[in-house]
Amino acid sequence: MATDRWGAGKAGRSPPRVALVGQPNSGKSTLFNAIVGYRAVASNFPGTTVEALRGRANVGGRRVEVVDLPGTYSLLGGDLAERVTREFLLSGDVDAVIQVADASLLGRSLELTLELAELGIPMVVCLNMADEAEHKGIKIDRERLEGILGVPVVLTVATRGVGLRELSAALSQACPARPPSYPPEIEAALKNLEKLGISSRALALQLLLGAPLEGMAAELKEEVERIRRGLSVQGEDLALLLADHRNLLASRIFREAVKVERGRVGWRERLDDLLMHPLLAYPFLLLTLFLLFWLTFWIGGSLEGLLSPALAGLSEAVRAALGEGGWAQFLAGALDGLLAGIGIALPYLLPFYLLLALLEDSGYLPRIGFLLDGLMHRIGLHGKSVIPLLLGYGCSVPAVLATRILEDERDRYVTAALSVLIPCAARTVVIFGLVGRFLGPVAAFALYLGNILVVGLAGRVLRRFLPGLGAGLILEIPPYRVPTLRTLLGKTWLRLRDFLKIAGPLLIISSAFLELFRALGWEVWLNRLTLFLTWPLGLPPQAGVPLIFGVLRKELSLVLLTQAFGTTDLGSVLTTGQLLVFTVFVIFYIPCMATLGALWREMGLRRTVFVLLGTTGLALFLGLVSRLFATLAL
Amino acid sequence: MSFDFPAPLSTLPPGGVGRVVAIHGGRGPSLRLRRLGVRPGALVRVATVGRWGGPVLVEVDGCQVALGRGLAQHILVEPCGPSPGNGH
Repeated sequence: MATDRWGAGKAGRSPPRVALVGQPNSGKSTLFNAIVGYRAVASNFPGTTVEALRGRANVGGRRVEVVDLPGTYSLLGGDLAERVTREFLLSGDVDAVIQVADASLLGRSLELTLELAELGIPMVVCLNMADEAEHKGIKIDRERLEGILGVPVVLTVATRGVGLRELSAALSQACPARPPSYPPEIEAALKNLEKLGISSRALALQLLLGAPLEGMAAELKEEVERIRRGLSVQGEDLALLLADHRNLLASRIFREAVKVERGRVGWRERLDDLLMHPLLAYPFLLLTLFLLFWLTFWIGGSLEGLLSPALAGLSEAVRAALGEGGWAQFLAGALDGLLAGIGIALPYLLPFYLLLALLEDSGYLPRIGFLLDGLMHRIGLHGKSVIPLLLGYGCSVPAVLATRILEDERDRYVTAALSVLIPCAARTVVIFGLVGRFLGPVAAFALYLGNILVVGLAGRVLRRFLPGLGAGLILEIPPYRVPTLRTLLGKTWLRLRDFLKIAGPLLIISSAFLELFRALGWEVWLNRLTLFLTWPLGLPPQAGVPLIFGVLRKELSLVLLTQAFGTTDLGSVLTTGQLLVFTVFVIFYIPCMATLGALWREMGLRRTVFVLLGTTGLALFLGLVSRLFATLAL
Repeated sequence: MSFDFPAPLSTLPPGGVGRVVAIHGGRGPSLRLRRLGVRPGALVRVATVGRWGGPVLVEVDGCQVALGRGLAQHILVEPCGPSPGNGH
């Protein structure tokens, strides 16, 4: 077929595989979502994707597998995203590459184009955010660029679906780009390597740069080493020399194909005069955060009020239908767990994630990172850590996962350890269900402020034990963008789905087993086992079971407390002091199972155990402090 | 026409423009800076400076990058005076 330059996939692979490669913030994930439907988190914040995401799509009337590779500036660097991308592309498992570039920052993207050209894989250059480039006064001569690079170039606006049809048409015209030519000395070395049978330029360059020669025949190894030694520059210096060379070529191509006129100065440029103002920025930041939480509670409360009577009725009806007996109770417990998840956590998670997505996609979230960097240094972190900490107010699992955006391992760990101390939606339910209801909203608000204080102090303590803050903030501040409802809803749905997938089964299983334990009369034993916690905290022994099962889901501790005492009016069976101590303990003790799982995956077992012991010790200490405070002041 | 000696980027006032002369410090950060366009020879403009020892917001290659204060101390620039426009 004449139109099909890249065939049906190597080694008969069907469907053929197309990889999306591009810099962070180039709209790559948005494009991916637009092509395959909502299966990846797109974000106006650098580094959301570290794992490669896959999806199937119909492109130009043909089934293809689309892989969204992590955002990367270069194929040479050593960070996680760049390694994943480089290895994937060098593996030979890719039939075509779509380079997604921010059209308004083309100069920077062309270097990556030149690196991709070395691979010899058929490619298409997709210049996304074409509208933004125009706004900035950047005029791109598309045909000229096609001529220079030797590959199809398409202009798109992924958020609005503009240019997607052209992109899929261009994909069937994909072909390897013209690789950059280096100084004669390096070209000669590459030619020598080619003579040795290393035909891929990318691989040859990797060898020149010092890629390990394991698994190579001894003779070949010697030859490669001889060629390497023959160069006047080697190793890292050679990498920098090549990078500078590509930079020079890229800027030359840019000058050839792009005209920069004076851009329009619109509201987006003016907005920073206020939002990043040395003084006015901070009141605005406080107002934004206040609105975020106020709207979450307001919308969440209304949703909960709408849902809970219906769900309670459903639960009662099912219980009546199932009748008495062990199995009936087991099943009814499972249903209760499911309903609790839908009725209690979801109403708050939905508005919170939707609003947070709005902050993220509009571009304000990175600015919060900038504004709070100085303050965060006081607790031994950078401004970027604000994002995982903020996510923690929704659910700790996404918060722990979001620490991936930090480059330094120590920063990641400290941020994760602190983010699990932030009251998530489930803990918010406990705070408002106990302290808010029986001690008043002011007391609940004070708990939140106290929590921030504790997080700050814990950060200072951790700084002492784990010194050596990573290299310093390097954070791209993207231009403001008007998010589309589609991407906002898509992103919110993805985060909620993660919550439902991880927490849902745990909720159902734990509630079912709880009913079973109750039917078997084991509660007394469990309560006795936890006396070492409940006794010093001055809590009644019946609080033991709720605390044990609260590890599965924190809001379960409230539900179970009402069940343990057989009344929702807990104020009549517990003193205000006990309510306060219970709430404080629940906020800080062992993160829930799902969070522990996330920590284990991200930080390893040893560090997870440390967090587990540290948080429980902290909770016990703060519980005792609250008890003392309650005896003296309440 | 004034001639200035190289100074750390962190000493440029908001609105100040400088040409990067050298980047000290680890190889990791300097490679990452390079990819964002902060490389020797590049023209950077300080947009604003964060409070409480906060980061320096610079404009380079037509986009904005926040650089931690510590990092900015390790980037030497040759001051080129304040820029006339607002850089957009």
